[in-house]
Formats: sequence, C-alpha cells, structure tokens
Amino acid sequence: MTRSVTETELTVTAEDHRVAWLATAAVGLSLVDAAIPTPLPGIKPGLANIVTLVVLLRYGWGTAVWVSILRVLAGSLLLGHFLAPGFFLSLTGTTASLLTLGLARHLPARWFGPVSLSLFAAFAHIGGQLLLARAWLIPHDGVFLLAPLFAAAALVFGTLNGLIAAKLLAEAATEDPPCPQPSASP
Amino acid sequence: MKPWLALFRPGDWLVILAGALCAGLSIPLFWRGGVGERAIIRQEGRVFAEVDLRARREFEVAGPLGLTLIAVEPGRARVVSDPGPRQYCVRQGWLTRPGEIAICAPNRVSLQIAGRTRLYDSISY
Repeated sequence: MTRSVTETELTVTAEDHRVAWLATAAVGLSLVDAAIPTPLPGIKPGLANIVTLVVLLRYGWGTAVWVSILRVLAGSLLLGHFLAPGFFLSLTGTTASLLTLGLARHLPARWFGPVSLSLFAAFAHIGGQLLLARAWLIPHDGVFLLAPLFAAAALVFGTLNGLIAAKLLAEAATEDPPCPQPSASP
Repeated sequence: MKPWLALFRPGDWLVILAGALCAGLSIPLFWRGGVGERAIIRQEGRVFAEVDLRARREFEVAGPLGLTLIAVEPGRARVVSDPGPRQYCVRQGWLTRPGEIAICAPNRVSLQIAGRTRLYDSISY
C-alpha cells in the first residue's frame, strides 16, 4: 500500500533533539553577546562559540556545524539582521571558524586543548570577516586598520571562551549524565 | 586560580604565544599605511614637486594670483600662505596622514600627503 504524502511522519531522532537543544543554548548566548556593549562594532566576546567548542569536543564536527549554522540563522532572525550585512559577516566568520576547527581538532589532544581550538576559531573568525568586509562591504584597505584591534580581541576572548569551554567539559566529565538530554515525554 | 590554570594544556601556551605574536605583528603591518611618507605639490594639476616627508624644506609655487608658500617638515606639511581670498588651505593647518589634501583652488595649487602605497580616498574622489 502506498501511503499518502500527508501521512508521512517526520521522524525526530535523539540527535535532532540534541542539536536543537544545543542550538537553543547557542542562540541564547548570542543574544547575551549582542546585549553586551562594546567600544567598537565587530568586537564581541563571541560567547556562543563556547557551545560550538563543547559540541565539537563531545559530539563531533558534524554536530558542531549544525549547531553553529542554526545559531547564526536563528540568532539573526531574533536580532533582526537576517540577510543584512551583519548576517553575512557572522556567517562567513562562523564558516571560517568551523573549517579551521575541522582541521585543528586533529591536533593531538594531549597537547592542544579547548583553549587552542578556541584561539584558532577566533582568529579564523576575524580573518574571514575582514576578508569579506574588504571584498564586499568596504572595498578599501582602510578596513585593515582595524585588524590589530580585532586580533587583540580574538586573543583575549578566544582564550577566555576556550577556558570556559574547558571548564564545562571538565565538569561534564565528572558528573553523569552531562549534557541536556532530550526528555522522552513531551 | 589554580583550577583554571590546570585547564591549559602545554600546547595551548604555544598557541597563545603565537596569537599574541600575530596580534603584535599586525600592528606594524597594518598601521604602517597610516604614516605619511611623501608630500605631493601640484600646480594646475601637474606635479610641481614630490618630496620625502623626512626633509625640512619650503616651496614657493607660482599661480595665477601669486605665490603659495608650502612648508614640509619631518612627518608633516602645510600651506603657510596663499594669495587666495578665503584661505581654506592655510587654515587646514598641518597635514600628516596619507590621503589628506589641502587645495588652494583660486591659485590652483594643492598639497597632498601620500603613504607607502597609493591610497584612494573614496570620500574625496
């Protein structure tokens, strides 16, 4: 018997639930991020990257990509800059970070921890954003005048976010079950 | 403080050091363009003189109204006097950054600061 199209059910796996939960946490942190006043547009703590790092190290790169992309989409919708220049900047930054993390996670974990990964991601983030800004938004080398400031911010916030992610991972390792588990009942 | 320090792994310190180096080296790399290196003096749109901003010199440029006096000093240049009626270029004072320009339109003289690379100022052009 062929089933009609309307009867097909969308099966939601535990993985989907997990991605949704983690993306929600990341969106929440991006909203906090946006609320923190900064002296210069473009310099942000990037708290949502803590979630990306924890997800990367606990569930792998694929889940981290899902969570990050969902965060950028949902975050931009909530902040009202979906498809605005800021959206493309954060999408480019996130893509650059994810690609870098995809490579950096193969570094020996004994030597390079979340702090290293966070720093790589932070520098890739500003690098990607600066290149997009130069190529598209402000086609003038003047944007690179901001590069030293962005690099300094990436250094500070990258280290701090990495430390927080490392702390969360260390705490999660001691207690069980560690992360938001999808509840069986609605 | 101790539990936080335990979260660093040996390589993390290296990465932090590399990041700090990146940030430090980016300052001379990207902020060098912010230093004026040459002064370009034009008369009737033609280059009258192009001098290094390390020198200390004075120029007298003849225009249709008379002589425009231009002073170049280490790192800066200005129009000292101009026969024009409104004195805009004189009042601009010292020019230091690349792309800055003082135009004495009535006497058809201009003084511009250039950096290492030719910068196009999207506001002026």
